[in-house]
Amino acid sequence: MISPDSDIHVRVRGLRFNFGPRVIYDGVDLDIPRGKITAILGPSGTGKTTLLRLIGGQWRPKSGTIEVDGIDVHKQSRSQLFELRKRMGLLFQSGALLTDLSVFENVAFPLREHTDLPESMIRDLVLMNLEAVGLRGARDLYPEQISGGMSRRVALARAIALEPALIMFDEPFTGQDPISMGVLMRLVSTLNKAQGLTSIIVSHDVKEVLSISDYAYVISGGKVLDHGTPEAIRASRSEYAQQFLHGRPDGPVPFHYKTAKSYTDELLESQA
Amino acid sequence: MSRSTSILGDFLRGLGQATFFLITILRALPGALLRPRLIVQQLYYVGVLSLIIIVISGSFVGMILALQGYRTLSHFGATSTLGVFVSFVVVRELAPVVTALLFAGRAGSALAAEIGLMKATDQLSGMEMMAVDPVKRVIAPRFLAAAIAMPLLTSIFAVMSIGVAGGHLIGVDLLGVDQGTYWGQIHAQLRPHDVVESLIKSVFFGIVIAWISVYQGYFASPTSEGVSRATTSTVVVSSLTVVGLDFVLTAFMFR
Repeated sequence: MISPDSDIHVRVRGLRFNFGPRVIYDGVDLDIPRGKITAILGPSGTGKTTLLRLIGGQWRPKSGTIEVDGIDVHKQSRSQLFELRKRMGLLFQSGALLTDLSVFENVAFPLREHTDLPESMIRDLVLMNLEAVGLRGARDLYPEQISGGMSRRVALARAIALEPALIMFDEPFTGQDPISMGVLMRLVSTLNKAQGLTSIIVSHDVKEVLSISDYAYVISGGKVLDHGTPEAIRASRSEYAQQFLHGRPDGPVPFHYKTAKSYTDELLESQA
Repeated sequence: MSRSTSILGDFLRGLGQATFFLITILRALPGALLRPRLIVQQLYYVGVLSLIIIVISGSFVGMILALQGYRTLSHFGATSTLGVFVSFVVVRELAPVVTALLFAGRAGSALAAEIGLMKATDQLSGMEMMAVDPVKRVIAPRFLAAAIAMPLLTSIFAVMSIGVAGGHLIGVDLLGVDQGTYWGQIHAQLRPHDVVESLIKSVFFGIVIAWISVYQGYFASPTSEGVSRATTSTVVVSSLTVVGLDFVLTAFMFR
C-alpha cells in the first residue's frame, strides 16, 4: 500500500459486499492517495461502480470500513454524510442530469443549493465550468437535447462546481469522440494538478486512463489482483492484469458468465 | 397457507416502509415550505394541468345527474327540488370521490412515473451525492402540492357540476326548471357543514393519493417495467383506498 497516513485520502479495509448470493467484494483493501489520479480497472460486472457508491456512502458494505479523510463513511449520521459529500463529487456513468433543468441550471444546481452566492457570480462560475468542458454554447439546451457524451461533460462541469477535494469518475470517457476524450483527459489531469484534486477513475479505456493516472488497481473476482504505478501495472507478471490490459479473450478472467452446463450439453438437451 | 402468509408479510412490510416514508416526508415539509417556488411549480403540474379533465368531467356529471334527477323527480311532481338533488349528491359524494379518482389517474400516475424515472436515471442518487436530500427537494414539494391541489380541484368540480355547464345548464336552460327555485332550494337545503365535510374528505383523499404516488415512485424498481408497475399500482391502490376511505369518512360524518 501507499505510505504515510496523511497522504491517503480514501482508505478501504476488509471490504465485503454482495448482491444477494453474488459476492462482489471479498475482503478488499485499497488506499487512494491524496491529490493523485487513481485508476480502478477491471472487467465488466466486477463491481467498480459499486465501489464508488460504497465510497460515497450510498450503499453499505456487509463488513469492512471505508474512510474518507479519516472519517468512517458508514458511521456517519445522514447530515454528517451530507457534509462529507459536499467535499466529494461523483460523476455517474449516465450523467444523472436533472431532466427538468437546462444545462446551465444543472451546473448551477449545487451552487444554488449550497451557497449564497449572488446570481452574477453563479452565472460566471457556471459559464467558466461549461467553457472548461466545451459546452458553454449548449447552456440553454435540455438534457434530452444533448448526446450521452455531452451529458457526461455537463455532469463533470456540475461535479467540479463546488470544487470538491475528491472526485470519482464512473466511465468518463465512454461514448466520447477522440477530440472530446483528449480534452476531458487533459481537463482531469489539469484539475488534479491545479487544484490538488484527488481523482478516482473507473474505466475500461485502459490505455487512456493509465496514461493520466499516478496509481492503478486491477480488480476482478471480488479481490485486488494487482496495484501499483501505471508502469508497474504494464510490466506486471500477473496473468489477470495482462489479460485485461491486452484484452485477451482467453485467460484467468472468463469471458462467459458461470454456468453449470456445457454449451454442447445445453444445445443437445433442447434437441432431445 | 405459506403463499397467503407471504402476501400478508409483503403487505405489512410495504405498509411499514410507506409509514416510515410518510414520517420522513412530514419531517421534510417545514424545509419545503421555505422554498415556495418549488411548490408553486408542482401546483402547476399536478393542479393546473389537471383542470381540463376536472372541468369537463364535472360538467358532464352535473348534466347526467340533472337528466336522471329530473326524470325521477317528475314522477313525484318535485322537479323544483332538482337543485337540491344535484347539489347533495355532488357536494357530499361525487365531487370529492370522482375528483380523487380522476386526480389519481391524471396527477398521481404522473408523479409516480416521474419520480420512478428520476430514480432509474440516477437523478435521485445524483442529488444524494451532491448532498441534496431528494426527499426535501423532490418528494416534499410534490406531496404538498398534490395535497393542496385536491380540495381546490374538488371545489371546481362541484361548481362545474351544480352550476355553469352542469346541472344548471340541463335543469334550468334545457328542461325549464325555474332559476330562482333551482338556486333558492340549494341555498335553503345545502348546509355549510355539507361543504366543510366535502372539503375534509378531499383533503384526506389528497394526502392519501400524494402519499401513495410518491411512495410508489420512490420505491419503484429502477427499470422500465418497475416504473410501469409503480404507475399502475398508484392508480389501482389510490382508487381502492379512496373508495374505502370515503366509506369510513362518510360513516363518521353520517352521525
